Amino acid sequence: MIPEFGHYALTLALCVALIQGVLPLVGAHYGRRELLVLARPAAQTVFLLLAIAFGILAWSFYANDFSVLYVAEHSNSQLPVVYRFGAVWGGHEGSLLLWIFLLSTWTILVSQLSKALDEFMVARVIGVLGLITSGLLLFVLTTSNPFERLLPAAQDGRSLNPLLQDPGLVFHPPMLYMGYVGFSVAFAFAIASLLSGRLDAAWARWSRPWTTAAWVFLTLGIALGSWWAYYELGWGGWWFWDPVENASFIPWLVGTALLHSLAVTEKRGGFKSWTVLLAITAFSLSLLGTFLVRSGVLTSVHAFATDPRRGIFILIFLSLVVGSSLVLYAWRAPKNTLGGKFSLSSRETFILLGNVFLVVSAGSVLLGTLYPLLIDALHLGKISVGPPYFNSVFVPIMIPLLVLMGIGPWTSWKNTDLLTVIKRLWLAGLIAVFAGIAIPFIMGQFTWLAGLGFLLAFWLIASGCLQVIRQMKIGKPTRSFIGMQVAHLGIAIFVIGVTMVGAYQEEKDVRMFTGETVTVGGYQIQLMGIEVVPGPNYQAIRGTFSLTKNGNSQAFLHPEKRSYFSSTMPMTEAAINTSLTRDIYVSLGEELGDKAWAVRVYYKPFVDWIWGGCLFMALGGVLAMSDKRYRLKLKRVAA
Amino acid sequence: MKAKFLIPLLLFVVLVGFLAVGLNLDPHEVPSPLINKSAPAFEVPQLRQANKTFSPASMKGQVWVLNVWASWCVACREEHPVLVEIAKSGLVPLIGLDYKDKREDALTMLEKQGNPYLLSAFDANGRVGIDYGVYGVPETYVIDRAGVIRLKHIGPITPEILKQKIYPLVSELQKS
Repeated sequence: MIPEFGHYALTLALCVALIQGVLPLVGAHYGRRELLVLARPAAQTVFLLLAIAFGILAWSFYANDFSVLYVAEHSNSQLPVVYRFGAVWGGHEGSLLLWIFLLSTWTILVSQLSKALDEFMVARVIGVLGLITSGLLLFVLTTSNPFERLLPAAQDGRSLNPLLQDPGLVFHPPMLYMGYVGFSVAFAFAIASLLSGRLDAAWARWSRPWTTAAWVFLTLGIALGSWWAYYELGWGGWWFWDPVENASFIPWLVGTALLHSLAVTEKRGGFKSWTVLLAITAFSLSLLGTFLVRSGVLTSVHAFATDPRRGIFILIFLSLVVGSSLVLYAWRAPKNTLGGKFSLSSRETFILLGNVFLVVSAGSVLLGTLYPLLIDALHLGKISVGPPYFNSVFVPIMIPLLVLMGIGPWTSWKNTDLLTVIKRLWLAGLIAVFAGIAIPFIMGQFTWLAGLGFLLAFWLIASGCLQVIRQMKIGKPTRSFIGMQVAHLGIAIFVIGVTMVGAYQEEKDVRMFTGETVTVGGYQIQLMGIEVVPGPNYQAIRGTFSLTKNGNSQAFLHPEKRSYFSSTMPMTEAAINTSLTRDIYVSLGEELGDKAWAVRVYYKPFVDWIWGGCLFMALGGVLAMSDKRYRLKLKRVAA
Repeated sequence: MKAKFLIPLLLFVVLVGFLAVGLNLDPHEVPSPLINKSAPAFEVPQLRQANKTFSPASMKGQVWVLNVWASWCVACREEHPVLVEIAKSGLVPLIGLDYKDKREDALTMLEKQGNPYLLSAFDANGRVGIDYGVYGVPETYVIDRAGVIRLKHIGPITPEILKQKIYPLVSELQKS
C-alpha cells in the first residue's frame, strides 16, 4: 500500500505545482494580490508532497520491497544499507525524482529567504519554478513512475550496478543535481524580470547569491564525479570528455560566465541583455544535459537504459521551456537600457572578454559533444569525437582566459590606466616566467606545455598575492574580495595539478610474480601476495603491495578485483596511496597464468591538486555569497 | 537592431531539429565491416549435444539467421517471443550462438522459455564473438547461400524489424 501513497503524493504534487505555476503569474500580470499570496503556500505544499514521495521511495529501498519494479531493478537484499539509500537515485526514475525534489528544495529556499523582496517579483519567480516542476512531474508520472509495481514481486532484486556501489555515488548525483537545478533559480529570476520589465541592478543583486550557490554545488558535483571516475573506474584518468561529463561541464562554463556578468550588471547596470541570456542559457544547458543523458541520443560510459518516449517528452519540454524563454527574450530584451559607458581599458571590458572566452569554450565543447549526432543526422557517417579534439580546442581557449584573469581584478570599473596596472604587475609577470622555466627543470624535464602551465598558474598566484597585499594597505578586504581571490587561487591550484599530471606522470603495465618489484617515480612497489577475501555482496581477489622509497617502507596497498554476486562483470578497485605531492595508484588486472598477474602502476604527481583546486573554487564561491552586502541590501529593502 | 535578439532562438530551433532527428537514430548502431563479407568460419561444440560441433560451412546453400544470445542477457528474454515466431513460421533456419555462457544456465533457460533454435553453437570463451565483432548481446546476422553476411542487427529484434527488414531480405535472398 505504501508505494501507492508515494504515487498519490506525486499526482497531488503535480496538481499543486500547476497552481503554483499558473496562478501567481496570472496574479502578477493583472495585479491581483489574492493570487500572488498563493505562491508561497503552494510551493510549500509541493515540497512537502515531494518529500513524502521521496521518503517513501527511500523507505521501499530500505525495506527491500521488491514488489516495486524500480527497487527490484536497482537493489538487492544483500546490498549494504548505505548503498540501498544511494540506489534511490541509482537509476532513471529515482534520479528524476531527486531532480524534482531538489528543484522544489530550491523553490522553498527562495520563498523563505526572499521575504524582503518585492512580492510581485517573488510570485513570478516561484511561478516560473512551479511551471518547471509541473513539466517534470508530468514527465515522471507519464513515462518514469518510480512506484510502478512488479506483480508478482521479485524474490530478490537485480542489485545496483557495482560501479555505483561506492560512497562517491551516494554524494555525487545530489551535489551535481543541486548545481544543475540551482541554475533554475537564476533562470526564474531572469524570466521574472523579463516579464516585469524590471531588468535592473536590483535584479542582478538578488540573482547573484543564488547563482553562486548553484555554481558552488555544480563545481563540487563535477569534482566528485571526476574523483569517483579516477579511483573507481580504474583507468587512472580524471577527465574523459565523455558526453555526460561534458553535459555537466558546459553549464559550469556558462554559469561561470554568468557569475561574472552579473557582477557588471549589479555594479554598473551594464550587459543586461547579455546577462539575462546567460541565465537562460545556463539553465537551458542543464536541461539539455538532462536530455542528452536521459534520452540515449549519444553513447557514453553512463550507458543508461533508454526509452524513446522519454526522449521525445524531454525534447518537447526542453523546446517549450527554452523556446518560450528565448521568444520572451527576443521580445523584451531590446527594451533594455544600456548601462554606464565604459572605455576599452576597464573592468567591464575584461569581464566581457573573459565571458567571450568562457562562452566560446562552452560552445566548442558542446559542438564536440553533439558532433557525432549532427553528422549522423545528416547521414554523413558514424564518428566519435574524443579527447584529442577537446584538448586541442579547449586548452588554447583557456590560455588567454588565464592571462586575463591575472589582469582583470586590477582594473577598475569604467576606465583604467593600463600603464598603472602594468607597473603593479611586472613583478607577477617576472615570477610567472621564472616559475615557468624553473619548475620543469626541477622536475627533471622541460616541455613547452609544462612551462606554459606553470607560467600561467604562478601568474595567477603572484597577481593574487599582490592584490591581497595592496588591498590590506587600503583597508579591510570584503568577503567578496576574499572569495574571488580564493576561487582564482583554486584555478591556479587546478592548473598546477593538471600540468604536473600531464607532464610528469609515469605509468607502467607489467606482468608481476609474487616477490617482484616495479619502480615508478622513484618508488619501489613490490607484490607481496594475492589472496581471496569475501565481501558483503561480492568476493574479491586482493593483492598486497608494499610501497618503499629509498629503502624506507611507506605503506601497503591493497588493490582488489571484485566479483559481485549479482553481476558477471568483475570490478577493479584500485589502491591509491595519497600524499600532498603525489598519488601512487595500483590496479590489479587479469591473472596471466603461471601465477603471474597483470598489474598497472601509476605515479601521479600533484594529482589531488586538481580536486583541491575545485574545493578552493567552491570555497571562494561560499565566501563571496556570504558577503555582508547581500544581507544589508536585503534589510534595507525590507525597512 | 531587434533582429540580433532573435539569434539565440534561431540557434536553438536548429539544435532542436537536430536533436529530434537524433532521437530516431541509434548511436550504438555501428555499421559492421562484415556486411557483404564471408561469415568468419568457426567450429565449436553444440550446446545441447556437446560431443557434436557446429560450423557455418554446414549451412552453405541455404539462407540462415545466426542469433547471438546468452542466458544472462536480459534483452534476449525480451527478444525471445520474436525468435519463437521465426521458428514457428519455418521461413528460415535459426541458429543460436550461446555467447560466454554456462551450459547448464543456457539449457535451463531454453527449457523454461522454449527453444526457437535448430541448434545452438556454444561459444564459452567468446572467441567466435570476437571474430563476429559482437559487442552487445543480442545480435543477429542474416547469412546468404554463399555464406556472406547480408545484415547485422544489434539489440533485440522487434516484430517491426522482423517484418520490415529481416523477412523481406530473407525472401529476396532465397529467390536469388
